[in-house]
Amino acid sequence: MNKLNSQKIKSDFPILNQKINRHDLVYLDNGATTQKPNAVINAISNYYSHDNSNTHRSVHELASRATIQYEHARTITAKFIGAKTEEIIFTSGTTDSLNKLVNSLKHQLKKGDEIVLTEMEHHSNIVPWQQVAKETGAVIKWIPITDDFRLDLTTISKLITTKTKILSLTHVSNVLGTINPVKEIIKEAKSINQNVIAIVDAAQSVPHISVNVTDLGCDFLAFSAHKAVGPMGVGVLFGKSQLLVNLEPNHTGGGMVLEVTKDNTTFNQAPYKFEAGTPNVAGAVGLAAALTYLSKLTMNAIEQQMHDLTVYGLEQLNTVHGLNIIGSKDAKNRAPVFSFTIKGMHPHDIGEILNSHGVAIRGGHHCAMPLFKRLKLNGASRASAYIYNSKEDIDQLIVAIKAAQKIFGVDK
Amino acid sequence: MNIANPTDLSTSQLTEEQEIYKENIIDHYKHPRNKKKLENATHKENGINPMCGDHITIYLIIKDNKIEEITFTGDGCAISQASVSLLTDELLGKDLDFAKKITDQNVYDLLGIPISHTRTKCALLSIKTVQKAINLNQ
Repeated sequence: MNKLNSQKIKSDFPILNQKINRHDLVYLDNGATTQKPNAVINAISNYYSHDNSNTHRSVHELASRATIQYEHARTITAKFIGAKTEEIIFTSGTTDSLNKLVNSLKHQLKKGDEIVLTEMEHHSNIVPWQQVAKETGAVIKWIPITDDFRLDLTTISKLITTKTKILSLTHVSNVLGTINPVKEIIKEAKSINQNVIAIVDAAQSVPHISVNVTDLGCDFLAFSAHKAVGPMGVGVLFGKSQLLVNLEPNHTGGGMVLEVTKDNTTFNQAPYKFEAGTPNVAGAVGLAAALTYLSKLTMNAIEQQMHDLTVYGLEQLNTVHGLNIIGSKDAKNRAPVFSFTIKGMHPHDIGEILNSHGVAIRGGHHCAMPLFKRLKLNGASRASAYIYNSKEDIDQLIVAIKAAQKIFGVDK
Repeated sequence: MNIANPTDLSTSQLTEEQEIYKENIIDHYKHPRNKKKLENATHKENGINPMCGDHITIYLIIKDNKIEEITFTGDGCAISQASVSLLTDELLGKDLDFAKKITDQNVYDLLGIPISHTRTKCALLSIKTVQKAINLNQ
């Protein structure tokens, strides 16, 4: 297997070639969003420079090019996650994907039905379900986490019942870096109740590990382009074709219909019936360029590099006095997402001092307040690595953390 | 410190992080002044900065338009906590009009450090909460 050359990859990303506060930029906020390679920037620029038009509407040359590129992006996306082309719905991002899905599924929910989530969900996989639970009387149950920041798999046999309608869970935690055994969990859930609809939030997993919807056995899966070197404002909702047939669209308007009379409307088939309005064609083109870029590196090589960074990052962070890693210290089934707290320092002060060293990280509750409540924490700092990060970047992170501790007098 | 005379910000000898985390700020963060609950407060108000998760409660005893006592409780980043510590020190014994007239710039001057765009909410949580307490409870 080829090994990734992070230095060479870095040179594909123009934004990374800059100084912040007189230091080379070390970008470690990839859990929030990744940077974009020239391949993606140029694809979007070329689209707007040569091919821009609305899709599926006019017969002129540009409309044809735009439509072909948009549908080609759908094919590339489908291949990337092992789906069929017609199973790919373009959305504005993971949050949009989940909201659209939840609002379409709510017609199938009634009082007393159960929705099973996990304690490590992002708000985007909690809040829409809470809204629907209030509306329908459905009940939310939670798969707890263990002291090693993994899902407690022993609870699944009790939590999944004949009343369970939905199992919706994250593939990789944006806070803990835990890679959940989604395939096994879905398998167990469906063996207890074959009607459970299994939904995967793959926002953090698609960039990091090979994701194959057939292998996972999920019914729906959501992710965003921007966390996988693609543009902001475009995302994907995968749905099994036989389930999309009966799923009601909740966004309606132009582009998703076959016939409209004054009294009635016949919807187009999936995926078009879920894509009302003018789509984000440039976004889809950018997403296709991003997935093509990652495919060329190969997801196997990316997975290996992510694992190496996880091992090295945990090793180095463990040496820092007074630093507490919020996540498993075992690099197995773990992504290079390093949340941590430092005794005597607030995450935003840490972030500010790291910034003065050119190191970009995030601080706060990372849109996972129930998880932080469970962990009895107000917030944490988070350094999250990606393909252009090297061991030297981790070293610079450690240098900056130690400098911050010195300023606050908590280095000993 | 007198807020009528802005602090001299000529700190060109210092690096950026030393500029913002000057000794005085770290001192107020680690050893906050006036940090206690006031059971007999005449005015009380909570303030939250959702971005940082900073939260404070301001307690005041106001008699004849004068701030006889001002304390706080809370938790948050060094900027928010140093700001409220410094401000409570500043306002103790002053009359209400003085407190009402304090501007954002006065608070920055009191802190004596450069406040970046992302940290203005941390720095100003103190004065916003104090002024809310005074205005709402009059």
